[in-house]
Amino acid sequence: METMQTFFSEYGNQLLFKTWEHLYISLISITLGIFVAVPLGVALTRIPKVADKIMSLVGIIQTFPTLAILAFFIPLLGIGKVPAIVALFFYSLLPILRNTYTGVYNVSDNIIEAGRGMGMTNWERIRMVELPLAVPVIMAGIRISTVYLIGWATLASYIGAGGLGDFIFDGLNLFKTEFILAGAIPTTLLALMIDYVLGRLETRLTPTGLRNPSEAA
Amino acid sequence: MLRLEHVSKIFEDGTKAVDDINLEIGSGEFVVFIGPSGCGKTTTMKMINRLIETTEGNIFIEQENIKDKDVVELRRSIGYVIQQIGLFPHMTIAENISLVPKLLHWPEDKRRARAEELLQLVNMDQAYLDKYPNELSGGQQQRIGVLRALAADPPLILMDEPFGALDPITRDSLQEEFKKLQQSLGKTIVFVTHDMNEAIKLADRIVIMRQGKIVQVGAPEEILSQPANAFVEEFIGKHRLIESRPTLQTVQQIMNENPISINEEQTISEAIRHMKDHKVDSLLVIDEKHVLQGMIDIEMIEQNRKKQGNVKDIMETSIYKVEQHALLRDTVHKILRNGFRYVPVVDKENKLIGIVTRASLANIVYDSIWGNNESISV
Repeated sequence: METMQTFFSEYGNQLLFKTWEHLYISLISITLGIFVAVPLGVALTRIPKVADKIMSLVGIIQTFPTLAILAFFIPLLGIGKVPAIVALFFYSLLPILRNTYTGVYNVSDNIIEAGRGMGMTNWERIRMVELPLAVPVIMAGIRISTVYLIGWATLASYIGAGGLGDFIFDGLNLFKTEFILAGAIPTTLLALMIDYVLGRLETRLTPTGLRNPSEAA
Repeated sequence: MLRLEHVSKIFEDGTKAVDDINLEIGSGEFVVFIGPSGCGKTTTMKMINRLIETTEGNIFIEQENIKDKDVVELRRSIGYVIQQIGLFPHMTIAENISLVPKLLHWPEDKRRARAEELLQLVNMDQAYLDKYPNELSGGQQQRIGVLRALAADPPLILMDEPFGALDPITRDSLQEEFKKLQQSLGKTIVFVTHDMNEAIKLADRIVIMRQGKIVQVGAPEEILSQPANAFVEEFIGKHRLIESRPTLQTVQQIMNENPISINEEQTISEAIRHMKDHKVDSLLVIDEKHVLQGMIDIEMIEQNRKKQGNVKDIMETSIYKVEQHALLRDTVHKILRNGFRYVPVVDKENKLIGIVTRASLANIVYDSIWGNNESISV
């Protein structure tokens, strides 16, 4: 207990700052990821033949060790936050891309045909029908991606991006458990919190008509 | 209204789904395409709103070649109803109904008014407007599916087995409802089905297709009475050919011309003797001018046996009868439906001229089976 008090009085400000840093590295990466992966996922549903290849390519990127990717960007972008955000952005792509693709691709053929038959343009169909119906699946992808990213962002401190990873690495180097915990616990809490918020958002964004099938007559 | 000229469709894999179809459909006509699966009926229909492009030939709507039209505009000007209903689950009923108007940029209040108006057309409560499709039954959903096609008031509506997925009772009532609606609105309908009952019930003209070609086009009665070939006959089904016979005949043609009758002034005991002599259990009662007055049966006599009196005092006066020129089909229907054992036939002056019994029906059925077998063996 006393150790905790001393730790907080000494490192409290730093902890808040690192948490903030951690959060914004993650959120910027995920936002970039959403902006790229969602349109790309929708676009891929229009070319299902090519889609498989692109999906497996992104899948391969996903298997690269995080540290290797981070290190890979050092010669290109130097060290600091930018290469970390770029690397994490690449990681965020796959779950969002895959879920967007699956979500949109699985919108029932009948509904697509009804839309086409009534004279919706491609764009109208995406905006008014396919995306709203795919929202739950897309949001699930975004949640998974975000939670992963918050975990991986700890490694970003390795290339000088800051964040809660700093505590963990310091703790490992100096063999101080309280530092490791000071990094790990807020990271976990952050991930859980964001997941909860996104979960609420998912419910909000899910169209009403899809929410209450139990009331069906 | 709609004209198909030498229309063919060859799919990429080389199958010829539709083969040189020519057809002209008049305004306000209800045309039903029917045939076994894979006969090209759905493909033909989908070429009209260019969900499938023609390989050869041209389709004209109001003299305008649909190839020259913008495909999106074309589709917005044609109503479209699919079998699986295809309502958008994330939109309310009002939004679903007024989707095409929305695509056409109608103002919000006009769209809402249109949805209300259409809902009234099928006698559904306005409260449904703000519900979602999953809160409606299948029949209600398809009603909305039909309304959605009517929303922008298109003169032509394409329907792809719209009632196929519904249970028989709902289907029946929806068919009736829709036929009335179509007649009152004067829409031209192109309707695809594989259900012959449905086709006969709804169509002004039936187009029978097989292997991409039209086998026969004609009004339901025409197809039933003169099937073009063995395929059509088989497709219609033997039982329907039998059923269809009565549609061609009037009651007079099959009635028994010597019904057992009795004058109303005769006594009850005379009536009993009359029944015994003719081995029947009921008599039709007429007056001296031969006008049908009622009927009397053994049960009525039994109940009133202590009374002395005339037939007219105990007879049943409200009886079902048909006029001699009535279609046999309707009579048969009533006999079978209501469990009548016989129906008296009268002329214009209500004079008794004959009787149709269940035995007469047996004769028709026998004849048609006999006749039908003969024509197939030839």
